Amino acid sequence: MFKYLPHTHQDIDEMLKTIGVDSIDDLFAEIPDELKQCEIDIPSSHSELELREHFKKVAGMNEPLIPFMGAGAYDHYTPSIIPYLTERQEFMTAYTPYQPEVSQGTLQYIFEYQSMICQLTGMHVSNASMYDGATATAEAMFMAAGVRKKKRVLISATVNPNVVEVVKTYAHYRGIDIVVVDEKDGATDFDDMKNKLDGDTAGMIVQNPNVYGVIEDFEGYSDTLKEQKALFIMNHDPSTLTHLKTPAEHGVDIAIGEAQSLGVPLSFGGPYIGYMATTKKLMRKMPGRICGVTEDVDGKRAYVLTLQAREQHIRREKANSNICSNQSLMALFVTIYMATMGKKGVYEAQQISYNHAHYLHDMLLKLPQFEKAFDKPFFKEFTLKTTLDVEKMNRALREKGYLGPLSQARFDENKEGLVTFAVTEKRTKAQMDELIRTLGEL
Amino acid sequence: MSVYYGQLIFEKSQEGRKGYTLPKSPIKHYELNDKYKRADCPQLPEVSEFDVVRHYTNVSFKNHGIEKGFYPLGSCTMKYNPKINLEVSSHENFTTLHPYQPVETVQGVLKIYHETQKMLSEISGLSKYSLNPFAGAHGEHVGLMIIKAYHESRGDHKRKKIIVPDSAHGTNPASASVSGFEVVEVKSNESDGTVNIPDLKEVLDDEVAGIMLTNPNTIGMFEKDILEISRLVHEAGGLLYYDGANLNPLLGIARPGDMGFDITHINLHKTFSTPHGGGGPGSGPVGVTKELEPFLPAPVVRKAGDLYLIDGKGKRSIGQISHFLGNIGVVIKAYAYLLTNGKERMKEIAKMSTLNANYVKDALKSVYKLPVDKVCKHEFVFDGLKDESIDVRTLDIAKRLLDFDIHPPTVYFPLLFKETMMVEPTENESKQTLDAFIDAMLKVAKEAKEDPEILKNAPYSTPVRRLDEAQAARKPRVKYKDLLEE
Repeated sequence: MFKYLPHTHQDIDEMLKTIGVDSIDDLFAEIPDELKQCEIDIPSSHSELELREHFKKVAGMNEPLIPFMGAGAYDHYTPSIIPYLTERQEFMTAYTPYQPEVSQGTLQYIFEYQSMICQLTGMHVSNASMYDGATATAEAMFMAAGVRKKKRVLISATVNPNVVEVVKTYAHYRGIDIVVVDEKDGATDFDDMKNKLDGDTAGMIVQNPNVYGVIEDFEGYSDTLKEQKALFIMNHDPSTLTHLKTPAEHGVDIAIGEAQSLGVPLSFGGPYIGYMATTKKLMRKMPGRICGVTEDVDGKRAYVLTLQAREQHIRREKANSNICSNQSLMALFVTIYMATMGKKGVYEAQQISYNHAHYLHDMLLKLPQFEKAFDKPFFKEFTLKTTLDVEKMNRALREKGYLGPLSQARFDENKEGLVTFAVTEKRTKAQMDELIRTLGEL
Repeated sequence: MSVYYGQLIFEKSQEGRKGYTLPKSPIKHYELNDKYKRADCPQLPEVSEFDVVRHYTNVSFKNHGIEKGFYPLGSCTMKYNPKINLEVSSHENFTTLHPYQPVETVQGVLKIYHETQKMLSEISGLSKYSLNPFAGAHGEHVGLMIIKAYHESRGDHKRKKIIVPDSAHGTNPASASVSGFEVVEVKSNESDGTVNIPDLKEVLDDEVAGIMLTNPNTIGMFEKDILEISRLVHEAGGLLYYDGANLNPLLGIARPGDMGFDITHINLHKTFSTPHGGGGPGSGPVGVTKELEPFLPAPVVRKAGDLYLIDGKGKRSIGQISHFLGNIGVVIKAYAYLLTNGKERMKEIAKMSTLNANYVKDALKSVYKLPVDKVCKHEFVFDGLKDESIDVRTLDIAKRLLDFDIHPPTVYFPLLFKETMMVEPTENESKQTLDAFIDAMLKVAKEAKEDPEILKNAPYSTPVRRLDEAQAARKPRVKYKDLLEE
């Protein structure tokens, strides 16, 4: 017997008697013998002490660095109560809320999450969350193509290239054309979009702040896209929506993005959480789960998954998305983050990030090794041109325990010398000054 | 629960209240240009830290979790989620890593990724895994893209069809459709829900790209003709996709790879004990045969000498399907589970989950209608009460079970029967727990006969009672603001 397997010999004997067979092996009789000859070569069972020791060793092979990099993953502060609360078994070990009478906990926090996402984005309705920001963007692309029944979607060159890659992968196999709209001075080239936009275009995807950290100006986008009946899709860092114009104010039809920046730990890239929100008009076209309010037979307020006629388990091969879960526990994470930080705290954390990023930006520009890449506004992430060898720079920073900026050459070799720094409220003045000093000495 | 405790967090907000502290910053204030500012301020709650803790603690009380009571939800494999997995995965040397750290600084987490890949290969008999897919449905989507890429790479562009049995999970046809395939449904044998071979032969032609199968199938029956199926599909030039939702009873017994499957996904949140989290985050690694390795999604983790590396997109890769390397935090927990159980335990997991399912099935089949009266694997299906003169539905039985602190089985799936109840007890449950479930099921059946109204009005003891689901859809109120506007 084993700690996870409770059966005693007596239990097994009694159970076999009820079933009416002599041995457990009899329960596998229909499996062809030639298939049953498998030997599995994996490590031997570890006791708890051995497992802890092993993990100590493996964890020791990692060396966490203090990041001055973002690129889709931001090092914001996580209040201590979040892991404490999200690890409650009632949340962590529950399944999807298919029996609403005993899932009001999950359903209520999803409803609160949707409410908060709508507050940030200004949109009418949010779904219960998606895998990550990149797949949420791809799902928005599917949604636009489905709504407009067209097979061509534009995407700005200033969208994070990894997000573009995911969108392209999804699109290719579905037979949808993705057309990249050029960039100009670190922002989407509006004229190029107008040139590429036609009556066969289902939508246009932009990102704000974009891959360089630039806050783009979307003046005229909504109207221009409407003329061709193309949907306006915006991937927006939700944390910066404490300050920035909302997707709704930009006239966006589908807002998506990566909500990791709302208190979710970096965790080497996952689990994170994508969000998606849309207008009242498109509500019934949105993929994923949606939680709504209703009443029980006693007239008590209750929450339930709703508008399920859209979903894969009902529409099967006619579904426009195969999504059948959300990142529920991560939605709870984000919800508790926004509740704890609250109206003032989410704003304050972002304002400090904004201040610190601008301080670092201004100080680096005083060094001869750096100059402006674009003359554009930014939030907590910014791009500079450097004469330094990027590899050498990041090695020097690593020796001090820092993860240096993102080299844009990672995505495009023509962008050698463009580096993108990210600064959050967690980066102290001392850390920034040390970074400046280190780079100044190179 | 009092009305106050049942409120939304927004309804507890008091202007000026705070639940956080941030360090005082010595840096001066920079002002964002008005042109880029939003007009209003997002109305988030203003509550104290203690308010938040009490609120979500009370919210949690309205959920049934597996640590509270039995959760025999078919096809979902509601195992115990070991605490040690949570402990080891919460180490800050995992949680504070930026995904773009240089590989030399993330060797530990890459080692876990790589060793988990290898263990999944061993267990399933496939050559290589990508752990990037975020969920089972995501794995299906990725697997089907691989099928498409494979045929396209051979210049075979006419293969547009994917065969899916009518007993399949709803995600199967949906995944095929979003991957640009046409879905061809094949009927199952009425006797046991397995694939009907003559029917299969009928639909196999040179337009078939592949077939998606769950084995054991959704009524818990092993596809005994799997080798024949695999031969037929391969002869027709198609590939076999294995939906790993039901892998649990085959651990250490038989491997999908040996059955002839070319592609699999495995649900780490089912078979390998990572928490379901109320609907995610999960993880749905995709494994392939040697021939299909080049098509796996990017980025790819590999070992060169003593160093673990991350490769970008290869020439034949389907491309990127996630921003980074998937739900690595989930993978770490599954890795811990695999090491804890080790090779010694795989077969026992399969055996005990199968023993438990058959025990419950045979203990109840005199009262509940068993449409397929055969040895099952880890799960089985009832089709309502045996006495069909009793006027209660499966839904009523499910709702009444809630009053016994038991989460009901999966209901109305698969679609093969009218009053389906799909029961999966998992290997972690003791005979005593199963006996308590059997007693509850018998009691409910007795109530159904004596006074069906008891069931029709159930549940009675849950945080809320039966809901008006039609109202929610007719008049969607999907955020707090919608409630204020009434």
